[in-house]
Amino acid sequence: MSAAAQTAADPGPDNAPVIEVRGLVTHYGPRKILDGIDLEVQPGEILVIMGGSGSGKSTLLNHLLGLLVPTSGAIRVLGEDLNAIDGVARTLLRQRLGVAFQGGALFSSLSVLENIMLPLIEHTRLDRKTMEIMARLKLEVVNLAGFEHLMPAELSGGMIKRAALARAIVMDPRILFCDEPSAGLDPVVATAIDQLILDLRAAMGMSVVVVTHELESAFKIADRICVLDRGKVLAVDTVAAIRASDHPRIRNLLNRQGEDPDLDVDAYLERLTGIDL
Amino acid sequence: MSALPARASAFLDRLGRATLGAVSEIGFAAVLLAESLMWAVVGRRRRQPVRLGLIFAEAMEVGVKAVPIVTIMALTIGLMLAIQSIYALKTFGAESRVVFGVALSVVREFAPLITGILVAGRSGSAFAARLGTMRINQEIDALTVMGINPVRFLVAPALFGTLLMVPALTVWADLVALFGAGLYITLELGMDMAAYADQVIEVLAVNDIAHGLGKSALFAVLIALIGVVNGALVSGGAEGVGRMTTRSVVHAITAIVITDMVFAFVLTR
Repeated sequence: MSAAAQTAADPGPDNAPVIEVRGLVTHYGPRKILDGIDLEVQPGEILVIMGGSGSGKSTLLNHLLGLLVPTSGAIRVLGEDLNAIDGVARTLLRQRLGVAFQGGALFSSLSVLENIMLPLIEHTRLDRKTMEIMARLKLEVVNLAGFEHLMPAELSGGMIKRAALARAIVMDPRILFCDEPSAGLDPVVATAIDQLILDLRAAMGMSVVVVTHELESAFKIADRICVLDRGKVLAVDTVAAIRASDHPRIRNLLNRQGEDPDLDVDAYLERLTGIDL
Repeated sequence: MSALPARASAFLDRLGRATLGAVSEIGFAAVLLAESLMWAVVGRRRRQPVRLGLIFAEAMEVGVKAVPIVTIMALTIGLMLAIQSIYALKTFGAESRVVFGVALSVVREFAPLITGILVAGRSGSAFAARLGTMRINQEIDALTVMGINPVRFLVAPALFGTLLMVPALTVWADLVALFGAGLYITLELGMDMAAYADQVIEVLAVNDIAHGLGKSALFAVLIALIGVVNGALVSGGAEGVGRMTTRSVVHAITAIVITDMVFAFVLTR
């Protein structure tokens, strides 16, 4: 809760949203995955995108990262239109974003330190010693000092997430994306990762977009929560408002209840018989 | 479609899909080749340089570390060719002509072919496995979102490293196989090594060596692209990686043998 209070007032000189999504629609083949998403992320806030499996939250994240091209709709990240941007401009934009993937996505042939240095090696002209110091600094921040020479295969689940976070912040991004940061971790480690995300935001002031299905984690770190369900945004609001929501589907999600299947006789018969009615 | 029985229609459907899949894979390979060349030329200006260090690292892995196995295979093939040729020529009493056949077949066919097949088995499979694993671990996505183009960072170095090393290995295989053949021939025909070497040099024209090296360069491109394409198409976890790795080796060797035949046919007309 303290996190929400802390960020409510963040009167930066530039108050334009860092991410703006307008009317985003996307299909996998004939299946509509996202259906008219509108969303904004404000500077310095932690926005949690929450939803169950198949809600479209991973797809939405991939769109925000420019890994997928939407069927229709527009996404602006740091003022740049992802549909229009290309070439060097795209590379430069990507240098201002940091991403911590669900499984870490550390390069298995590189040590932890080399993983964290890679963005610096590829995008800056610093000398190697300086890059090493910068990478070690980030390792200190995520409490992984002393593990820099291990290979990713030698790390535990929590350490992988920390290393991934360190790599994501090594270029001091304006926006940090975290995909399921606490999934697959025991509760103690998961809580520590949540706290780490809060600390990083407090120290670096970047915006953070977290995709998760873990309620506890979402409530702990979010300034605002975007609830996604079947490709649509049900609500985007503060933690307190989401907790108090009386929307039946949000209540289902909060109470961890399975949803009642919609009873549609025609669709049911169609599924069973395969005949187009 | 109603005129066709369901079974035939299903068969045609499958055939059509398979053809479409094959065409799209070839298209994908062509795009990767074009993009790799493009990054090599304009990469520095577009802030996506193809790093020499990475090319050398690949060349080390593909080429230098393959030297022992290529040496063993080339030596054995040279010996085998000499044994078979002398055996066959004996029936005409033409053993003295053996160098002619052995030298030409080593340089034009056996050295490039055996090198290509070995590199396909060692490195084509490694490219497929590495890219496939990186894909399912989201490492390719991680590169992309870091602003590091995966084609220039992963594909181009593999392609250029292989392109550098397969012809180089082929030259080595030429030498070793000719030496291996020489061991048997000199012993059998009571020649000395220097006389054998003189005969080999007399028989071989620059054209023959160029024929072999030209092919090996083509093989290199095929091996790298087939490995990379199969790796990039991995889906379905660890099992998928295994399946596509096997597939990359089978496809690469098939492509090499067919290309070899077509190349020989076209250039001997």
